[in-house]
Amino acid sequence: MAEISETQVAATAPTRPVKRIRWDTIGDHAVLIAGALLMLVPVYMVFATSSWDAITIHREGMQFGFGEDMGVNYNAALFEYGGFTDSVNGVTMLANSMILGLGFAIGKIIVGMMAAYAIVYFRLRFATLAFWMIFTTLLLPLEVRILPSYEVITAMNLGNTYTGLIVPLIASATATFFFRQYFRSVPEELIEAARIDGAGPVKFFIDILVPLSKTMIAAMFIIMFVFGWNQYLWPTLITTDESLFTLVRGIRQIIQSYADGSETPDYGQAAALAIIAMTPPVLIVVFFQNWFVKGLTESDK
Amino acid sequence: MKRAAFGHISFPILLLLPQLVIIAIFFYWPAGYALQSSFYLEDPFGFGSTFVGMDNYTRLASSSSYMDAAWFTLIFTSLVTFFALAIALLLAVKADKVIRGARTYRTLLMWVYAIAPPVAGLIGVMLFDQSRGNITQLLGMMGIEYRLGVNYWDTASAMITVSIWKQIPVNFIFFLSGLQAIPQSVREAAMIDNRSGTRRFWDITFPLLAPTGFFLLIINITYSLFDTFGIVDTIVKGQPGNNPMTLVYRVFVDGFRGQDLGGSSAQSVVLMVLVLILTIVQFRFLERRIHYT
Repeated sequence: MAEISETQVAATAPTRPVKRIRWDTIGDHAVLIAGALLMLVPVYMVFATSSWDAITIHREGMQFGFGEDMGVNYNAALFEYGGFTDSVNGVTMLANSMILGLGFAIGKIIVGMMAAYAIVYFRLRFATLAFWMIFTTLLLPLEVRILPSYEVITAMNLGNTYTGLIVPLIASATATFFFRQYFRSVPEELIEAARIDGAGPVKFFIDILVPLSKTMIAAMFIIMFVFGWNQYLWPTLITTDESLFTLVRGIRQIIQSYADGSETPDYGQAAALAIIAMTPPVLIVVFFQNWFVKGLTESDK
Repeated sequence: MKRAAFGHISFPILLLLPQLVIIAIFFYWPAGYALQSSFYLEDPFGFGSTFVGMDNYTRLASSSSYMDAAWFTLIFTSLVTFFALAIALLLAVKADKVIRGARTYRTLLMWVYAIAPPVAGLIGVMLFDQSRGNITQLLGMMGIEYRLGVNYWDTASAMITVSIWKQIPVNFIFFLSGLQAIPQSVREAAMIDNRSGTRRFWDITFPLLAPTGFFLLIINITYSLFDTFGIVDTIVKGQPGNNPMTLVYRVFVDGFRGQDLGGSSAQSVVLMVLVLILTIVQFRFLERRIHYT
């Protein structure tokens, strides 16, 4: 069979030059593989290291091969209670990260979509003022106004609460801008048709605009969830109660035990916790990469 | 605003209310508070505060450690922005060129986006560890003594390396999308005109990518200034000491460790002005860009 098809190919294209090795294509792949390794290897090493006992890691550094302590380390990272008050384990932190990620993403999308709808679709005298008020929030990331934000939360008695953890993070306008941009690209005929059919503003929003924005909502959700999950500074400041720690916040605790140097830190367990902290957002980004890329490249323009 | 807009009054206000309330309480209040306290000197024990006018600002300008942080931030931002953009551009051009496996490469190169900065910092701490770090040992074999947390520039290089690593995926995604948006007809015309791939890149592709590149420049500067907080904090292990510090990290250190509310607030205001400038530049540019797209 193979012989026949080869002769056929040769017969139909007798003048085609002999296929030579394309060095530049190989070069392209070599660069890309090198780049992919640069991204992969450090995380692979953390993963491999998470399967070793603390003493080996303490002596030899991070590992390339796999050891025998994977079960032990992940079990400890997930279920062993730690911290000063022994009130937090990996599962609790996982749940808290999930609450922060979901709460932030959903809250931000709802609040942002509503505001964008009001700005784009209604004749409001103070629409411009509202727009500028919201717009200004882009000027001042939370990191910059961190100390006064902390004081405000303390004054409102919202320290160590989920509300205090989530709501202040919503106080920026990225989602509003994204939806404003998107709504403006929606054809005007749609709303005219909806009005002829007698649809009011609520009906138009829920029955037409929201379903139309489905892909955009999904893209926004992925970006916002990852952003919320990965928050570090704010949870570090306002959660002193360990039962409210997120995974990323827990990482700081590990680093601290590194810094103290008082005891041999449980490196294997630390690596396991790092892997647990990165898995959900990485999976979401990889599995929904088309939506993620769409959201990322279209939102900020 | 749409031409065929709704004419209600109370309904849109209701829609805007949640956003406005949240930003009033959690944005305007703290921001105003920062501006106000930047003119006051707060007693560290909470016994009231004194109006000191511009003192906090002049104190910053004459503080050599603040100026050191400002210089470090400038160097840090330039290096991170340059290398994160250059490496990502190279990878995006190659990924756009290969026909087979482009999607696989995209997946392999983008996922680091989802890793939290402090987790990236932790990986850095483990790789660059003074005695056990694999990179430290590698450098040791080449005769370079690397001491994280002890030598200022050794620590700085770890911060810069990890920050670049973390930022490559975002830039890669934007560059690749930008490249794939170049129409086939333009590519073919360029192919006919110019056989040299390098020349084609600099004469045609690069100018067409310039808008994306400029947008990314702003994004990367913002990233280096603010989002690297987690990386910086984990690499210095929460103990700044004589280690390099970015300006945002200093706002935190002075405010929470030093209990210097006025000084920290003045630093916030300085950064606020910096972001304001960046935003204006970005918007002026974006407006111009809308005209020709």
